[in-house]
Amino acid sequence: MNRRPADNPVAATVSALLIPFMQIYALYLIAHGDLGPGGGFQGGAIFAASLILRAIVFGLDREEERRLDNIAGLLAASGVLVYGGIGLLCMLRGGAFLEYPALPFADPKTAYHLGIYGIEIGVGLAVAGAMLLLFMKTAGSRDD
Amino acid sequence: MTDFLAALREHIPALLVIVPLLAAVIIPFSPAPLRRRGAAVSLLANAAALALASALAWEVFRLGRVSYRFGGWAPPWGIEYAVDPLAAVMLLLVAFVAFAASVYSGAAASGEITAEKLPYYQSASLLFVSGLSGMVITGDIFNLYVFIEIASLAGYALVASGRRRDALVAGFNYLILGTIAATFILLGIGYLYMASGTLNIADLRERLPHIYHTKTVLTAFAFLIVGFSIKTALFPLHIWLPDAYTYAPSPVSALMAATGTKVGIYAMIRVIFTVFKPEFNASVVPMKAILIVLSSAAIIYGAAMAIAQKDIKRMLAYSSVSQIGYIILGAAVASQHSLTGSLLHMINHALMKACLFMCAGLMLMSTGAEKVADLRGAGRRMPLTMAAFTAAALSMTGIPPTLGFVSKWHIGLGAVEAGYWAVVPVILGGSLLTGIYFWRVIEPAYFGAPPQSGHKNAEGGAPRWALAPALALAALGTLLGLAAHTPAVGAARAAAELLGR
Repeated sequence: MNRRPADNPVAATVSALLIPFMQIYALYLIAHGDLGPGGGFQGGAIFAASLILRAIVFGLDREEERRLDNIAGLLAASGVLVYGGIGLLCMLRGGAFLEYPALPFADPKTAYHLGIYGIEIGVGLAVAGAMLLLFMKTAGSRDD
Repeated sequence: MTDFLAALREHIPALLVIVPLLAAVIIPFSPAPLRRRGAAVSLLANAAALALASALAWEVFRLGRVSYRFGGWAPPWGIEYAVDPLAAVMLLLVAFVAFAASVYSGAAASGEITAEKLPYYQSASLLFVSGLSGMVITGDIFNLYVFIEIASLAGYALVASGRRRDALVAGFNYLILGTIAATFILLGIGYLYMASGTLNIADLRERLPHIYHTKTVLTAFAFLIVGFSIKTALFPLHIWLPDAYTYAPSPVSALMAATGTKVGIYAMIRVIFTVFKPEFNASVVPMKAILIVLSSAAIIYGAAMAIAQKDIKRMLAYSSVSQIGYIILGAAVASQHSLTGSLLHMINHALMKACLFMCAGLMLMSTGAEKVADLRGAGRRMPLTMAAFTAAALSMTGIPPTLGFVSKWHIGLGAVEAGYWAVVPVILGGSLLTGIYFWRVIEPAYFGAPPQSGHKNAEGGAPRWALAPALALAALGTLLGLAAHTPAVGAARAAAELLGR
């Protein structure tokens, strides 16, 4: 992909306005997942979409592309690690895998809340990473 | 320390799935030199999984069924992991073959997979093992679907990791058919949930009999069987298998042929005998007759096609189609003896086919032999590889005193017992054809003159650590055949339990 900021001023202006809102909305969805509609999957997908939109409209130079490619894989893997890590933490505290009340918080209700919150973050990271990786592998320039 | 071990013991069912899963995602974070080799993490995780599976099997055989509640939610609401003796043996089998394959691939993978793909390969094979263990261990039918997807997606990537471009096509075809299969399975599970309102397998078993005759449940059963028939490559839905096993790197073929289809058959057996009661298959739907005809056709077709192959790995792949026919035939006839034979053949085929694919990889590494014709005089040039190959081939054919003989004997006995005389010639004929296609390799390997240009002993060309697991698998398979009483009694008990006797 080449850098081409001036290709289309409408697309450039609209996405420059839109991208920050998309990202904030994505974070809101992840944070809100255990209380209302939304959650890690939707939030992660929208966050990845914002980065993909940026890449499509403004393009990526080779250095950015290489970095995004590396980060995407690590993001996806770290999401699974966060999820599994929270599960293992519950286990270490004497509960079953993903038994949130076992987490070291004041009362079970808070533990449930924060446990699910952590899981949603993990899911969000994994989904965003996987979507970016798919985009990079199919649309990125091939160096192999 | 003892407290820790006691706490650990309680969590073994969960850890058995989680350890390979997390190891798979740790690989991308490991430092670059380690990642290039990649084998260390995979080896450690598989060794840990094998230890966990052994401990779990010990526990189950001593104390009976083990159940684990995810998140502390009680079944049938929460996800339950349920391990009975049959599941424990399958878990042990998966863990053992996966460990052997990881030892083998640590030494052999670099020859067949490019260096930059190696970490992805290690990650994907760990995900594959994690998915298979999950499929065996779970007591929740939707969770089963999730693990089928984990194992399958990893499987598509593994097949495509071969060096040749054909591997990409084979992986893509497998992806398309595998996705169709998964869709059938998911729809089937959806219909079951719609009709019964539960996803827990033990709970489904209790609730379904009242609604056996409703269209929803009948459709669900049909969809599940079709889906699993594709996943297990039952004739005529096997077309993804020969290409996938031929073009995948040999460590992948060994791992997938030994465990992938076997766990698929295990899941199918669970659907037929545990989710539904055996009476359902016997009296409500005509599935029994269909499966018997198809698996008989698979036995003959697979063996006949194997005879016609020039490529060693493709021959072994068609041999898998044939042997899968035997296992499903035993399960379809569903008498005490035939199901016993089916379970034994599952173990036999898993160990021996892993060994055979490893031998094929070793032959490729040491002499570059890919075709059956290249193996003239191989018995002298690579004596240990050919010894392992021959031991596995004998057991696959069913020559006494191997495990293959015991399993096929039980399947045949069970068929006679249930009055299906017509399949006896199929079982015998299939064995005869199996003997022919393996003899095509063994005869020139031992009695043919080696080509003049070749080295006298080429075995040094293959890494020693790649030879060890092949020999270990052949030895274990042979040992189980010589001491066949113990596995036969165990399988008979598992079969009786499945049949609800």
